Amino acid sequence: MSESTLVIRYAQWITRHPWLVMLAAVLLVMGAASGGKNLAFKTDYRVFFSGDNPQLLAFEALEAMYTKNDNVMFVLAPKDGNAFSEETLEAIKTLTEKAWQTPYSIRVDSLANFQNTEAEGDDLLVRDLIDEEIELTDDNRKKIKRIALSEPLLLSRIISDRAHVTGVNVTVQLPGEKITEVPEIVAFARTLAAEIEAQYPQIDIYLSGMVFMNNAFAEASQSDMKTLVLISFAVMLITLGLMIRGFSGTFTTLLVIIGSIVTAMGIGGYLGFPITPPSASTPTIVLTMAIANCVHILVTMLHEMRMGRDKKSAIVESLRINMQPVFLASITTSLGFLSMNFSDVPPFQHLGNMVAIGVVASFFLSVTFLPAMMSVLPVRVRRVENDESHLMHRVGDFVVKQRQKLIWGMTILAIVLIASIPRNEMNDIFVHYFDETVQFRTDADFMAENLTGLYLIDYSLDSGESGGISNPEYLREVSAFADWYREQPETIHVNSITDIMKRLNKNMHGDEQSWYKLPDERDLAAQYLLLYEMSLPYGLDLNNQINVEKSATRFTVTLQTLSTNDLLALDKRASDWLEKNTTQLSGKEGSGVSMMFAHIGKRNIISMLVGTALALVGISLILIFALRSVKIGLLSLIPNLIPAAMGFGLWGLLVGEVGLSLSIVAGMTLGIVVDDTVHFLSKYLRARREKGLDPEEAVRYAFRNVGMALLTTSVVLVAGFMVLSLSSFELNAGMGLLTAIVITFALLADFLLLPPILMLFDKKKTNKQSIIKEPGHA
Amino acid sequence: MHNFSFNIKHVGLLALLGLPLLAMAETPEEKGLAIAIEADKRDTGWQSQTASLEMVLRNRHGQESKRNIRTKTLEVDGDGDKALSIFDSPRDIKGTAFLSYTHALVPDEQWLYLPALKRVKRISSNNKSGPFMGSEFSYEDLSSQEVEKYSYKYLRTEEIDGREAFVIERKPAYKYSGYTRLITWLDTEMYQPLKIEFYDRKKALLKTLTYSGYQQYEGQFWRPTNMSVVNHLTKKSTDLHWKDYRFKTGLTSRDFDRNSLKRAR
Repeated sequence: MSESTLVIRYAQWITRHPWLVMLAAVLLVMGAASGGKNLAFKTDYRVFFSGDNPQLLAFEALEAMYTKNDNVMFVLAPKDGNAFSEETLEAIKTLTEKAWQTPYSIRVDSLANFQNTEAEGDDLLVRDLIDEEIELTDDNRKKIKRIALSEPLLLSRIISDRAHVTGVNVTVQLPGEKITEVPEIVAFARTLAAEIEAQYPQIDIYLSGMVFMNNAFAEASQSDMKTLVLISFAVMLITLGLMIRGFSGTFTTLLVIIGSIVTAMGIGGYLGFPITPPSASTPTIVLTMAIANCVHILVTMLHEMRMGRDKKSAIVESLRINMQPVFLASITTSLGFLSMNFSDVPPFQHLGNMVAIGVVASFFLSVTFLPAMMSVLPVRVRRVENDESHLMHRVGDFVVKQRQKLIWGMTILAIVLIASIPRNEMNDIFVHYFDETVQFRTDADFMAENLTGLYLIDYSLDSGESGGISNPEYLREVSAFADWYREQPETIHVNSITDIMKRLNKNMHGDEQSWYKLPDERDLAAQYLLLYEMSLPYGLDLNNQINVEKSATRFTVTLQTLSTNDLLALDKRASDWLEKNTTQLSGKEGSGVSMMFAHIGKRNIISMLVGTALALVGISLILIFALRSVKIGLLSLIPNLIPAAMGFGLWGLLVGEVGLSLSIVAGMTLGIVVDDTVHFLSKYLRARREKGLDPEEAVRYAFRNVGMALLTTSVVLVAGFMVLSLSSFELNAGMGLLTAIVITFALLADFLLLPPILMLFDKKKTNKQSIIKEPGHA
Repeated sequence: MHNFSFNIKHVGLLALLGLPLLAMAETPEEKGLAIAIEADKRDTGWQSQTASLEMVLRNRHGQESKRNIRTKTLEVDGDGDKALSIFDSPRDIKGTAFLSYTHALVPDEQWLYLPALKRVKRISSNNKSGPFMGSEFSYEDLSSQEVEKYSYKYLRTEEIDGREAFVIERKPAYKYSGYTRLITWLDTEMYQPLKIEFYDRKKALLKTLTYSGYQQYEGQFWRPTNMSVVNHLTKKSTDLHWKDYRFKTGLTSRDFDRNSLKRAR
């Protein structure tokens, strides 16, 4: 029994038992969909890093040694531009007091509770900078302003140099046990900010910090899930309406799509995948892929009916013709998405796996549920004699006649574009992952422009001995490092223990400015620290900057918003400087969230190279096997590989920057673009082998038979991925746009480059032997 | 835990508690206070005390750091105790001495002698809530526990680690305290704490302190051998190991003045 008769028997069985098939499909989909209850929006930037990511491990080690520094930053912008007016100082006091109620908070830093130290004879006065007992007279406010603006711990971190914007920074320690931790903090902070704004109407409050960035990931996912999915359903209905022109087909396709999406998301839920902005684009991508499968089957079925077949036999014929190509296309597409498992970024792995599941589900539903339902629903078509496309006739003629010019033209275009690939720079600005429609982005930008940066580099500067941070040599080197960093144009603020040491030394010498320098003796430095620590209140201790052994200190640099390259370059400069100028310090690598995001782009490219290469090998083997020809299989590599290369080249000309998400596009699109090639080549080979046509005529045959289907599915795919480019999350938007470009080039390559190449290389005798099992009709 | 001050308020309360009728209709607040007063009374009369302690600090990775301290305490009638701590290690703070006069509701008086500077510095600060030597103990946890420092509420009596304990809620009266409330498990025989839970300003559980290895001295005074505190937010912890407790050592207030700091070794 041949494969084909098997499919026919299968198809006939389905049309005889449609209700049973539909019921079984619905039950299975519902079973899978029940996993959706496990899905949750992830609010932690760490989800972007695999557990063995070296930068994550380094940062976690640093956090374990000191404390975690996730924060909420209230940025207070008084409308009169004066952060030291009586009202604003009152507002800072009120906010500081209330900010202690923030869930999971361990520390609050502001002008109000800054622990100011002063000498008075042999007394060391330690007091809140805006102490409750201080009346906010003009004189006192001037004094507060003078101290704040000359204090390295505060300037450009808590108070702007123009004294027009000030911050209240809340450090939180997320237990990481509940998914609701971040939303809880965010809700509290927003309520508190609104309360303060109502109480002090002359002040605007902006909210930034790591917690708000984490939350933005969830909010971006949620908004994508809502708006993008709606838009893609709208796009889908329009496309289907144009191509299928009938209620039954459109309605059935809609059900197949919904079934595929909920299966993908549900199984993802069972596998424990969280929803992140990348994986939130799963519905849109699955929808796009599922349409293609349904369209192939429905278009053939309607075509057969127009040609005079009855509905049931048209369904059987469509399944016979499409079973293999739709299966092949689903397998190669899944392989392409599965290549994302090589990504170093777990959300992309989740996305790849969920889409692969969705594509497989859509295959099964389009060969079970779809034919079953269509055999139940009424379908009416107008009978025609010749249903072939005139447009594709003309395109086929054009390609055959102009093949010399086309091969040169396409080759030159490809070379020009491919030569532009190096114009792409590996560059990401992680704050810009979110576009301006996301509140976090605008607030973070405001903070960066007016007060302080969101980019931090942390160093754990280790003296190598217990208590070694009091060693004068150590302190001198740390202080020199701070001086060096302050000279760098990218630097906004440097937080170093040495500034506290200098202030204490001055305090211990009657506030003599000449004593604002590091203590010369180790014992003295250690005793200053002891004294200072004794005098600090709850939450404002030095445990976040000094480790328990007192062998290392945390040195934090706040930077302007920088691109990946600039950040890595600065870090390199800093470690070079440390290498050359210090002997006491170890821990010369910067770490922190910004550094993690700076490294992940490159890491991801390297890991995706392996994944893409494996996908390429796998897909090529499938092609060679399916087309039963090594030569044609190898030739097919050209239209499979060139589109991605051309896409990246065009990107180099238009944008010039590739970020994290674009590194997954090559592997992902490979599985999609290969479908066009398969369909075209299988028709071409059928004409050559079965019908004995010469290459020119075989090309015309292929265009007539599959050209329109390829054009329409490409349009659907491009439309689907263009929807993604509307995402408020830059990674999704960039990925969607580049994928749309690559799919467009794939169609161009299959129409304009592949046929001339076939006509050039496939000059062998025309014969009728080696009849192959026809892989496609579309 | 160290002394009891006979101020007017407490004499009045004692009188009230002495009335059997009222005692029967005791509110949880009255019962809590009565237990605190009893605990204070039982620990009165040791006059002065010396001890040494080893402090072990651990971060969430379990990395350790040790400090050694000797303490001298003088019982003061009608006010908080006077305490002198002498730091023996780490090496670079050896000889540093810290003197404090504890007060219930106003800032403590604090002096520190810095041998490297050869000067006594007075620390003028409202703060009692900061970490003691970088540990998870705050200064207010380790200073003397005057009855007036808190308001009390008896919650229940329950067994903990095989011992019966009063569970009492305390709320700090001091404005600058780092806590909003403390839940104390007070042993019903020793009238000494077995466990204390500390709640921070946002009323969340911040840390738990457990006491163990109690021994009785002078036939009256119970003292723990080990005190261990775990910070639930940062997962850092600190252990205190006490030894060489001595009582009625003959120390006088002259051993607890500014000048004594420089002499303290």
